[in-house]
Amino acid sequence: MSDQSWPLWEVFIRTRNGLAHRHVGSVHAVDATMALHAARDTYTRRGEGLSVWVVPSASITASDPADKDMMFEPTASKIYRHPTFYEIPDEVGHM
Amino acid sequence: MTDTPLLQYTLRLADTALVLGHRLSEWVGHSPVIEEDLAFGNMGLDLIGQARSLYSYAGEIEGKGRDEDALAYLRDAPEYRNILLVEQPNGDFAATMLRQLLYAAFAHPYFEALARSKDAMLAAIAAKSVKEMAYHLRHSAEWIIRLGDGTEESHRRAQESLDELWPYTAEMFETDQVEPALIEAGVAIDAASLRATWDKTLDHVLSEATLERPRDGYMQSGGRIGHHSEHLGHILSELQFLQRAYPGATW
Repeated sequence: MSDQSWPLWEVFIRTRNGLAHRHVGSVHAVDATMALHAARDTYTRRGEGLSVWVVPSASITASDPADKDMMFEPTASKIYRHPTFYEIPDEVGHM
Repeated sequence: MTDTPLLQYTLRLADTALVLGHRLSEWVGHSPVIEEDLAFGNMGLDLIGQARSLYSYAGEIEGKGRDEDALAYLRDAPEYRNILLVEQPNGDFAATMLRQLLYAAFAHPYFEALARSKDAMLAAIAAKSVKEMAYHLRHSAEWIIRLGDGTEESHRRAQESLDELWPYTAEMFETDQVEPALIEAGVAIDAASLRATWDKTLDHVLSEATLERPRDGYMQSGGRIGHHSEHLGHILSELQFLQRAYPGATW
């Protein structure tokens, strides 16, 4: 059997309550139900997950690597956007 | 055989889990896709984990110093007490999934009931196992539905496997002289009482899968008293090789 005709699904797992789902990888599966099974069997074997999402990879719209300069380069010169110019009083502790 | 009923009962559960777990482990590295390779590995490890707990408890009941390894590695085929269904060869992907469905549809309600056993250890092992068997049931059922209601070839293969494995299903529901006293005492489960649940699960999955439920004809039996098909010997020769060749070997 070949998996060439099986759609690809992106897998997102939420590790603990309060944290967002994170992309962990992808699986091949015939449909959404089986993709959830495959995601569970492939990516939650060591107690990683409390919740799993699968999304058809084809549904994801990605930026074009060729547009890298246009998309991301202009921010490089705008260091004032980083919140690193504030003095944080010691009493505040970790924010 | 002078084993107490509780020991025999526990060994039957342990052997069934180990042999099926070993069968699933045979797929590792050979599955059609890596996702299912992991699924078989996961389900196999669930079963082997159940077997380990049950063997440890059996060794405790026996009280002769045999641990889980001694019971798994140093008993011969006639001493094994697993049901015949689980020692049947893997066949193709459909056959393995069907065997898993036939067993999980039984084991899930069985452990659900055993979790209420008056025997605290069996109840604890069952409570852990019931979640594992719930997934085995769901995974195998989803696959059988897709294979049965899939292509002409997948339908044919699934139906052939179903017909071939059907004669091994009745043994799951048998009770012999080992069990009545344990059932009476609220320790063991009367498997016959789960028949209706199993029928309902199977009928639902088979109808979704457009597979035809075989007629009950001659049914195979005897695994639970040590009468096995030739397959078990081959399983044990592989499973026990290391401990037989190098007694006491450890990691």
